[in-house]
Amino acid sequence: MNTRLLPYVLILPVTLFLCVFFVYPFILVAQEAFVADGALSLDNFRRVFGHWKFPLSLRNTLLLAAAVVPVQLGLALLMATMVNRMGRGRDLVLYIWTIPLGISDLAAGIIWLAIFEQSGFLNSMLHGLGLIDRPVNFLSYQHPGIVFLAIMLAEIWRATAIMLVILVAGIGLIPKEYYEAAEVFGATPWKRFLRITLPLLRPSLQTALVLRVILAFEVFAVVAALGGTLFPVLMGQTFVYQFELLDRGAAAAIALVILGISIGFTLVILRVLRVPKGARI
Amino acid sequence: MAEIQIRNVAKRFGEYQALRDINLTVADQEFMVLLGASGCGKTTLLRIIAGLETPTEGEVWIGERRVDHLAPRDRGIAMVFQNYAVFPHLTVFENIGFGLRMHRLPDEEVRKRVHRTAELMHIEELLGRYSGELSGGQRQRVAVARALAMEPDVILMDEPLSNLDALLRLEMRAELKGVLAESRTTAIYVTHDQVEAMSLADRISVMHQGRIVQAATPVEVYRNPAEKFVAGFIGNPPMNFLPARSVGEGQWEVAGITLAGPRSDRPGLDFAIRPEDVTPDPAGLAARVRVVEPLGPHLLVTCDVDGHMFRAILDSELSVAPGETLNLMPRPDRIRWFDPETEKAVS
Amino acid sequence: MAVATRPDPRRTGRLVYGAAVVLLCAWVLVPLYLLFVNTLSAPETVNSFPKSFLPEMDTGSLAFFARFAGMLDALWNSVAVAGLTMILSIVIGAPAGYALSRFDFPGKATFRLLILLTRAFPLPLLALPLAVMYIRVGLDDTVLGLALVHTTLAVPFAVLITFSLFSGIPLELEEAAWTLGCTRLSAFRKVVLPLILPGITASAIFAFVISWNEVFAAAVLTIENRTLTAFLLQNLDTSPLHLKFAGGFILVVPALVFIFAVRRYLFAMWGIANR
Repeated sequence: MNTRLLPYVLILPVTLFLCVFFVYPFILVAQEAFVADGALSLDNFRRVFGHWKFPLSLRNTLLLAAAVVPVQLGLALLMATMVNRMGRGRDLVLYIWTIPLGISDLAAGIIWLAIFEQSGFLNSMLHGLGLIDRPVNFLSYQHPGIVFLAIMLAEIWRATAIMLVILVAGIGLIPKEYYEAAEVFGATPWKRFLRITLPLLRPSLQTALVLRVILAFEVFAVVAALGGTLFPVLMGQTFVYQFELLDRGAAAAIALVILGISIGFTLVILRVLRVPKGARI
Repeated sequence: MAEIQIRNVAKRFGEYQALRDINLTVADQEFMVLLGASGCGKTTLLRIIAGLETPTEGEVWIGERRVDHLAPRDRGIAMVFQNYAVFPHLTVFENIGFGLRMHRLPDEEVRKRVHRTAELMHIEELLGRYSGELSGGQRQRVAVARALAMEPDVILMDEPLSNLDALLRLEMRAELKGVLAESRTTAIYVTHDQVEAMSLADRISVMHQGRIVQAATPVEVYRNPAEKFVAGFIGNPPMNFLPARSVGEGQWEVAGITLAGPRSDRPGLDFAIRPEDVTPDPAGLAARVRVVEPLGPHLLVTCDVDGHMFRAILDSELSVAPGETLNLMPRPDRIRWFDPETEKAVS
Repeated sequence: MAVATRPDPRRTGRLVYGAAVVLLCAWVLVPLYLLFVNTLSAPETVNSFPKSFLPEMDTGSLAFFARFAGMLDALWNSVAVAGLTMILSIVIGAPAGYALSRFDFPGKATFRLLILLTRAFPLPLLALPLAVMYIRVGLDDTVLGLALVHTTLAVPFAVLITFSLFSGIPLELEEAAWTLGCTRLSAFRKVVLPLILPGITASAIFAFVISWNEVFAAAVLTIENRTLTAFLLQNLDTSPLHLKFAGGFILVVPALVFIFAVRRYLFAMWGIANR
């Protein structure tokens, strides 16, 4: 076959596929969101924004992302540097730390439900220690803080691994000589981390943060498993509009809001962590 | 039986002109070395002959066939790669037999040829091993054996020894030369190592900036470089250059002494002499010694002649110290002259 | 790390380091362990209080799960969707990965951008418009329909992972095969494929896990033929605790095994995805 045409033949299936199942649906969502009663209008957005649950779910989603992502970033960086200097047992520890990567958000929610539910392990432990007489229903409207904490913990537990993997791979790309050179020039481990690891890790940090932040705005099943209706989030609202209220226009409008926030944050992250051309490893 | 002809071949990668107007004929059974610094186009030329690149212009002929539109498999060539390209998932036996199997030779014939070439390359005892269990030198032997087993018209080699350590390289070099002479195959060999080129080649093509600057026997390339580039590239250290001023018909003044040279209407030429072709002589060039490097059999002396660097290889018995002034006389029959404009040799 | 006043700061540092490693391992493992305790206890125990921190090794919950109406069908649907996603994403994605690693062609940068772009979008949202489109073409509530959406999720990864895998195989090997009498196709079959197979398997497994775990699109696109995740989500409010835990267990176990199987490739995959 002609070598000039071959690459195009090879990328054709995936391009076609993405056009049909990625580009086209997004056009449909936009259309759905901006059209009401057969005319171009912002009615769908007005209806969504006007609902009392919208500000709440927007606030919850952003709050959760703000609480979870920084902790995950710190934790992932810590774990990645720890793994980096590990000799024996590195493979085992890495495997254990990356286990949550394979666990669905729903399963993660269920796992933490086992801990926080009324007859769960947290209650059992507190009871065993004599701190409470009878089980407390933590995941109820009386304890909004604990509901938030449970969701936060489940999210941190579940999704730190994805950042960890990206960062470990990124650290692996940094040549050891840089560290040795820095050490020769008298940099302490902490200085080496600040002056070498962090700057050279920027492309990986970018990827990790973009992926993670987008996933944070998509949070859904963990919340459904732990908070139910107590803690409305944007993605959950989309689901509610689509199925319970049978309002596809509104569902599409929220979808666009999520999309907008995601793209906005992606751009900010890419901008803040940009790497000058030629300064890459 | 295959002569290779390259006619007006050029290759562009986008804006970059990798090869320009290459014309070269390699005779049947000749061992041709393409020699040049990295980026000179030698590997691109080899890959065009192999069919791994398509020339932008020009024709490639192997034997009686024009091959530049053919796939590598249809060209009757075999190739030895720089990193050996020994298939890691196959045993040495299957590696050597790979091409034979692709050409659907009967099992018995494959077995016979594999054993014969393995014996030739002294790797019979490795036939059951995998690439991962071999040393660099052994992999190299497998790669050569795999090419030879094809009994190709032409064997192409891309820096095959560059990944071996120095001692092994010497050993393999001698062996390659013997094996290839015996197989009576036309060979094209790419290297940046001039010693390797000298020792292996029937003829050397010196390449520079996408052109073949000179294609000649090793002795010719060494003795009579066709261009200043070749003179400054071949030889370790390479030729010394000094500016020469015309002081009469065929008379040239070089750093204060007058030497006989070619007749030319140019006001100035470049005088060139190899470091080993000078002898101490009171009438010679005044050279202030800067560095003396005793290299065992001889001394390498770096001097300053009239503000130009000048290196001489002298008898190790001679006692020379930095700061002294030597008088060095070039051997008249070894002096070469170059046109400073065109950089071509003048005689 | 510089605890200069202590008699042996290095030792103290190592101790802190070791403790941190153990603690972080426990952070991952303990919640999983507690899920296993719940799953391997009788339904009555799961609903009782206070709880024991040791499993009873009772299969009552799992048996209940297996008998629960529709659960086994959901499990089967999950396997079918994930299997189909795995095949689709490799068949569609691997050729593109090969093209990216082996060719320079006009439009390559744009194509890479399209692939990377998919990661900057909340993809499960695609399910919303597709739900309508599917009804028109008869793909609604089918295994294939959901698998196609999951393939959209998995295929960018498949492209990038196979790109990195193919890039790890020197072009020289293929070229050697060509000079030895192979066509492009036979060189691929005889040389590249055998070398790449473990990596391809790993990325296929990765695609499987992505689909297996996906909740939102599954819940949107299936009604009768729910996958396990969709089924559990739908019944979160109504199903008893032991059913949830057994369901969670069934969701987690294959994922655990699969991540173990592909652990060697995890980092190679993500390393290249950085660039």
